Parts: sequence; structure tokens; C-alpha cells
Amino acid sequence: MKIKWTFLMIIFTIVTVLTGCEPLMVLDPKGPQAERQAGDILLSIGIMSGIVIIVFAILIYVLIKYRASNLPEDYEPPHMEGNFWVELICVGVPIIIVAFFSFVSVKSNYIVESAPVGYEEQEPLVIYASSSNWKWHFSYPEQDIETVNYLYIPTDRPIEFKLYSYGPITSFWIPQLGGQKYAMADMVTTLHLAADEIGEYMGRNANFSGKGFAENSFNVTAMTADDFDDWVEEVKETAAPLTEKKFDEILEPGHLGQMTFTGTHLEFSPAPEHDHGTSETEETDESHEEHSHSEANHSEHEGH
Amino acid sequence: MEFFERFAIPHPSPAIYASMVVIALTVIAIIAGLTYFKKWGYLWREWLTTVDHKRLGLMYIISAILMLFRGGVDAIMMRAQLATPDSKLLDAQHYNEIFTTHGVVMIMFMAMPFIFGFMNYIVPLQIGARDVAFPRLNAISFWLFFMGAMLFNISFVIGGSPDAGWTSYFPLAGTEFSESVGTNYYMIALQISGLGSLMTGINMITTILKMRAPGMTLMKMPMFTWSTLVANLIIVTVFPVLTVALAMGTMDRLFATNFFTSSNGGMDMLWANLFWVWGHPEVYILILPAFGLYSEIISTFSSKNLYGYTSMVASMVIISVLSCLVWAHHFFTMGQGAASNSFFSITTMAIAVPTGVKIFNWLFTMWKGKIRFTVPMLYSIGFIPLFTIGGVTGVMLAMSAADYQYHNTMFLVAHFHNTIIPGVVFAMLAGLTYYWPKMFGFMLNERIGKWTFWALSIGFVLAFFPMYITGLDGQARRMYTYSESTGFGPLNMLSFIGAGIMAIGFVLIVYNIYYSIRYAPRNIGSDPWDARTLEWATHTPVPEYNFAITPAVNSVEPFWDAKKKKHVLFPEPLKKIHMPNNSGMPFILSAIFFVWGFSFVFAIWPLVIIATLGIFACLASRSFENDHGRYISLEEVEETEEKLGGAKK
Repeated sequence: MKIKWTFLMIIFTIVTVLTGCEPLMVLDPKGPQAERQAGDILLSIGIMSGIVIIVFAILIYVLIKYRASNLPEDYEPPHMEGNFWVELICVGVPIIIVAFFSFVSVKSNYIVESAPVGYEEQEPLVIYASSSNWKWHFSYPEQDIETVNYLYIPTDRPIEFKLYSYGPITSFWIPQLGGQKYAMADMVTTLHLAADEIGEYMGRNANFSGKGFAENSFNVTAMTADDFDDWVEEVKETAAPLTEKKFDEILEPGHLGQMTFTGTHLEFSPAPEHDHGTSETEETDESHEEHSHSEANHSEHEGH
Repeated sequence: MEFFERFAIPHPSPAIYASMVVIALTVIAIIAGLTYFKKWGYLWREWLTTVDHKRLGLMYIISAILMLFRGGVDAIMMRAQLATPDSKLLDAQHYNEIFTTHGVVMIMFMAMPFIFGFMNYIVPLQIGARDVAFPRLNAISFWLFFMGAMLFNISFVIGGSPDAGWTSYFPLAGTEFSESVGTNYYMIALQISGLGSLMTGINMITTILKMRAPGMTLMKMPMFTWSTLVANLIIVTVFPVLTVALAMGTMDRLFATNFFTSSNGGMDMLWANLFWVWGHPEVYILILPAFGLYSEIISTFSSKNLYGYTSMVASMVIISVLSCLVWAHHFFTMGQGAASNSFFSITTMAIAVPTGVKIFNWLFTMWKGKIRFTVPMLYSIGFIPLFTIGGVTGVMLAMSAADYQYHNTMFLVAHFHNTIIPGVVFAMLAGLTYYWPKMFGFMLNERIGKWTFWALSIGFVLAFFPMYITGLDGQARRMYTYSESTGFGPLNMLSFIGAGIMAIGFVLIVYNIYYSIRYAPRNIGSDPWDARTLEWATHTPVPEYNFAITPAVNSVEPFWDAKKKKHVLFPEPLKKIHMPNNSGMPFILSAIFFVWGFSFVFAIWPLVIIATLGIFACLASRSFENDHGRYISLEEVEETEEKLGGAKK
């Protein structure tokens, strides 16, 4: 384990030096999920560099040794069919490498799809993050407040994002906290993140969604739990309530600055909730029933 | 008035008006030129009605090169826009249209026809056949592709280009978010050319299975023919999925069905699934024939037989099977859960194994060979390390948990260009240089060719390697601009410079063709590269019947054996030769398809009905036509052979 991390640190240093002073966002994780992903990335870069170097070495050796001008005029290349043992090695070694990566990949899949490592015991803060052309809406049902285009989160508490979209498919991404996940109009997806450190992070929609896509980003501020509670209090005292009319106005295509409201839009415009791909697999059957049920309701509703 | 408004460009810019003028002038110039030089008859008799696989192959390749420049201009405009932060060169809408058409043109109208061109030209020659199994169907395939491509290309001057990305994800591509007719063009043009591809698939499979020269068992087929067979099996398997998806998308857009909409029970991710069930195998349809070309070239210029023939074939077959089991890796982030992601992650990585086998087999082919550094060989040598990098980054992307960080970023863009450019584009240029003397009877200039290779390789590295870094730094793909504070500026400038160097490389290709037409010697014989397979055993220029006598095949490399081991290639005497007749029907049918497509795009229903009737009339007339082909008499064959320097022994 120790060797692995020393190895990763060496690669990390090389990558950092090569790319100038500031570390690359994805390789500068501030939460457990992003850390796992950065670890996988660096590990694969390391092993893959080895493979690339081997191929380069063989190629260069062959090209120098067997270039026509380095060979006698009358040299006749031999007829070579395949060799069983050579080809077995050519198959066997890649299989071992791929098997190793498969193992890492499967393990990481289950890790990034469940509550962040080290935060399993705590009650997650649920935030509904929904996109509309070209904004992000963050609803905090527990606190009963809503923000537009900015996100405040407490550190040292797991966060469960419920993602969906009022429009094209978008992808919710805060590189330094963890990888992205799609937000779609007809279902809710769940993304588990957590922030270890206080700080400001970039968040954006990573999936092309039309004309305003480039500017479809938001600021993330991670703060201590106390600061977060203070902020919630402040919002409750100062912000205006979110009405359905106001929300419909906000949904209109375009760009908006940051906005803050009390209340959430979940009350009058609920999320299309039927969980696809949460980590709790035992829930799947149930949610599928719910799915068809709510859809039937939905179409009935549309009929009126 | 409303009727005509639909034909207007929704977001005009001076560049588009300029292109309108250029297109108009070009059309006038072509018509005037043909009339002035009295070439209309020649054009009709020799090219528009031809069913000769070689001429169709050439027309595919010429179209592909034209489309390469069309897509290349898009690419340069994108890189120019992104070269500096907060650039105002293009607006968001224009940028979106450009990256959409860049993707579609490069994959569907550049890479595909380039490969079909080589399949058409080379496969019948490699297996010792006189033509493909269904020559007239072959002509229909080409003209459907061509009309599809033209229909797609007029979108930017009539009605507006598609702007939802080459993947055209719904609901963004639906009428709710994409109001102009652009995406109609996408749906219909791909449908028309896709029909052509499907027919080519059937045609090539039949040709390879039924028309090989005596003695050529499946395991004695040249590697390019094998790769063509496997690629076309994939085509026949997956193109129907695209056909269905496009039909559903068209109905969503024109008839208000709700397959992919986000309300009324539609499923937006259904489109993504259908698209990639076709789309991922599609990249293997492109890369396998490229692998085939590299196999031929590396073997020829190492003066050595291909190492591990059996494992080469086996790995292609395994790749073709796996290619249909990996599509969901294009949306690991859809939220389908860890189990599903794990499955697709493992199948995707598994493809690295057969691909790795191929890389090592090429290296072992060069091992103990006698390597000649010609231009085709340079591309093949450049391909190995660059494609290896593209391949290993593919394995990195296949790790689904990490892919949450790569997905939709420039890292992904770098990866797939890193496989497609050294993989497919280099193979096409290598193949073009390699087969040029067979096609035209003179060689391309080697010195200019080497300059081109270096410009493209260095330009490629400069253009795409920085994207790996900006991707890891959080630059999403398809952003038309970014702010200076992101720090993406310098690396994007580097990409732009790289793209510029690549552009010089592509211009050098055109110059090389011009230069070689003027100055290259014409007395090069029929085997200028000292090659090993049957296509080099016939005359240059290739007579219309390919081989006067059907060759007898004893091994994978019959021509090499004929040269070195006194194998008798053409044991039989000359006979009269049966050939298919030319036909104007493929061109007329496809032209009607163009009208059909255009009226479908703009929902001009009376015209759609008339064109549909026209299409059926063409089909019916073919059913009643009595055409048994024609014979080339023995005297004529003897005369042609004499003129080409005597019958081949």
C-alpha cells in the first residue's frame, strides 16, 4: 500500500510539474469521492505509461535494427508464422493488466455510488439540484430554502444530490468534489459527494445543452457546519419566498445571476422521482412500480 | 411568405453568405466547364452510370477527400474560436452548428466513404474477382451516400445546420429545443446514406464469401479482405439500429410522436442507447479496415509475411463481437448504477486485449524484416505509438468511476481523436499513397509525402495532447468559450497552432497530387512497391475486367509466391469475359432520393409523395428489366492485354 502511494505521489509530482504550477482540478481533490477518482486516474496513468514505454522501446529497437539501409543488400527476411508461446504472452500479459484494472474499476464503482468513505455514519444533507436552460436550481428541503446558480454546503457532512432537469439532459459536475452525473427530465439520479475542506469550487453543467451551455456554471462554497447554519438562518430572515409564478419566470431560457429564496419549488413542481441507479439495490423493484404508477398519474393529469 | 421563411438561415453571418456565393460560383463553373469542354456525355457514360467497382471506389475516395476539407474547415474554425479566452470570433449558435457538422461530416461523409472507397477498389482485386457480387447495387450504395452527403452539406446555406451535436441527444434535438430544420437534415441525410452503407455491407459480404478465386480459402484471404468482411458483418448487424433510431427521431420531429421527448412517456435516454448501440460498433467499422490496410502495408515494406495471421483474424472477430457489448460506456454517468457500469467497464477494457495482440503482431512483422521507410510505411510506423497512446487512454476512460471525471471533457475529445486520426486518417492517407500507383499509374512524390507525414504527426500531437491536460483541469467539451481565469488559454492556443500545422499537411497533400500529376514518371510497372498480394498481380492501369484470367491461389500471398517460388498464378488460357452493363438507374434513383429527402426536411408533403412514387417506379422498372450483362470478346481481351504489355503469367 505504501509503495503504491509513493508511486502515485511521484506521478502526481511529475504531472504537476509538467503542467505548470497549479495542480489540475481533477487531480486536486477536496473530497473522498474525487480522491478515489484521482487515485484511479493516477494509478492508470502510471501503469499505462509503462505499456506505452514498452511499445515505444520495441518499436524503436526494431526500426533501428531492421531498417533496410542497416542491413546487407542480400538479406532475405525469414518467413515467420505465429509462435504459440509468443502469442500466449501477448494475450496473457494484457489479460492480467485488464483483470487488475477491472478489479479496481468495479471496486471504485461501488465506492463512488455509495455514501462517501468516512461519512457513512452521518445523516446526509439532501439537496435537489435541477437544471433549466441555462441555470442550476438548488433546493434544500431540510432547510426549506432554495438558491439559483450557487451552492453552499457544509464540510464534513455527506451530501446526497438529487439531480433532474427542466429541459435537455445536463450533467452536474463539481470536479474537485467528485465526478459528474446526468440530470434528466423524466427521472431523478443520485450523486453522493462530500467536501473535506472549506473553500470555493467550480461547478458546472458538463453535458452540451444548447446555446447557453458554456456559461451554465455555478459556484460552490464549502464552509463549516456552524457557518452553514448561520447562512441558512440569514437566508430565512432576509430572502423572499419562492412563488410558483416567480419560479416559472426563472425557468425561462436565459442566464441569471445568483438568487436566494425561502421555500423550495419542490412543493408546487416536484421532482420526477423514481430512483434510477441509487446504491440501494433492494429499493429498485419498489421504485419501478412507483415509476409506472406515477407515469400513469402523470398522463391522466395531462389529459385534463 | 411563411413557407419561404423556413429556407432562410436562422443565424446568418458573413461567412455563410460568402460560402453561398462560393457554392453558387462553383456550381456555375462546373456546369460551364462541362458544357464548354463537351464533357457531359463522357461524365454520364463513364462515371454517372458506371457499375465498375474501381470507378465507384475512386468516386468514394474523391468525395471523402472533399468532405475531409469541409470537416477540416469546421475544425480550424473551432480551434480558432477557442484559441483565446472570451473570443468573439463565433457566437454560441454558430459554434454549436460547426462542431455538429464537423462530427457528422468527418465520421459519416469522410471516414466511411474513404473506407468504402478502399473496400470497393481493393477487395475484388485482392480476391481475384471481376467485380463485386451486385455491381448495380454497389452503384446505388455510392449514389445514396453521395446524395445523403450533399443533402447534409446544403443545410448550412438553406435552412440552417443541425446544432445538437453529432450525437444529437434528445430532447435537445427535439423540436422543443431545436426549432430550425437543421436536425431534420441530420435525420434524413444520415438515413439516406445509411441505406447505402447497409447495401454495401450486404454486397461486400456476398462478394467475399462467394467470389474468391479458386484456392483462396477463408484463411488464405489477405488481411484487408478479412477486415472488410468483419467490418461489413458489423455494418449489417448495427446499421438497422441506426435506421430505426433515425426513423423514430424523424417522427418525433415531424409527426409529434413522443419516443424521445421528456414528457408523455417518452424516454430521452432511449435515443442515447439506440444511437450508441450503432455508434460504438461504428468506430470499429472504421478502425478494422484501417487495421487491414496497416497489415498490408507493414508486411509489404518489411518484406516479410504478416506475423500471427490466425491471431490477427481471431482478434478482429473478437473485437467485432465485443464492439456490440460496450455501448453504455458512452454514458456511464447516466446513473444506471454500479453493477451495470461494472459490466460495461469490463467489456470495454477487454477490447484492449485483442487490440494489443494486433499491435504486437505488427511489431513482430517488422522484427527481422527489411524495413523500407516509404510514405505509407511512415504513416504505419507513426500509427503504432500514437494509437497505443489513444488505446491506453481508452482503457483509462473505461474505468467507469474515473470516467465520471473524464466524461464530457476535453480528455475524451483528445482520446477519440487520438484513436481516429492516427488510426483511421493515417490509414487512409497511407492507403491512398500505397494504392495511388495502382489507381492512377504513377506514384505520389515521396519527399512531399514525408513532409506531409511530419506536418500531420507533429500538428496532431500539438493539437490534441494539450486537451488531455485541459480536460483534467475541468474544460468541458463543446463550450464555445471560456473565461481567462480558467487558465485554459495557453494550451488551447497550442492546440490551435497544432491544428494550423495539420492544415498545412492537408494542403501539402493537394499540392503533392498536383505536383505528381505534372512531374511523376509514368513507367512504374504494375508492382512498384514489391508487394505480396493479388491486387498487384494485374496490369496498371487495371483493365475493366481486373484479371484476364482468374488467378489460382495457393497461400495468403499468392503474388509473392509467384515472384519467389515460381507459383503459377494464371494457369488457364484467355477466354471471353462476362461483365455487367452500365446503368443510369442508380443515379436517377438516388437523385429522386435527394428530392425526397429535401422535401421531407421541409415537410413539403406533395413533393414527398411524388418522390416516393418515383422511387417505387425505379424499383418496379428494375424488376421488369431484362439485363443479363455483356461479354467482352476474346479478341478484345487479347487486344487489351497486348496494349497493357502482354498477358500476365
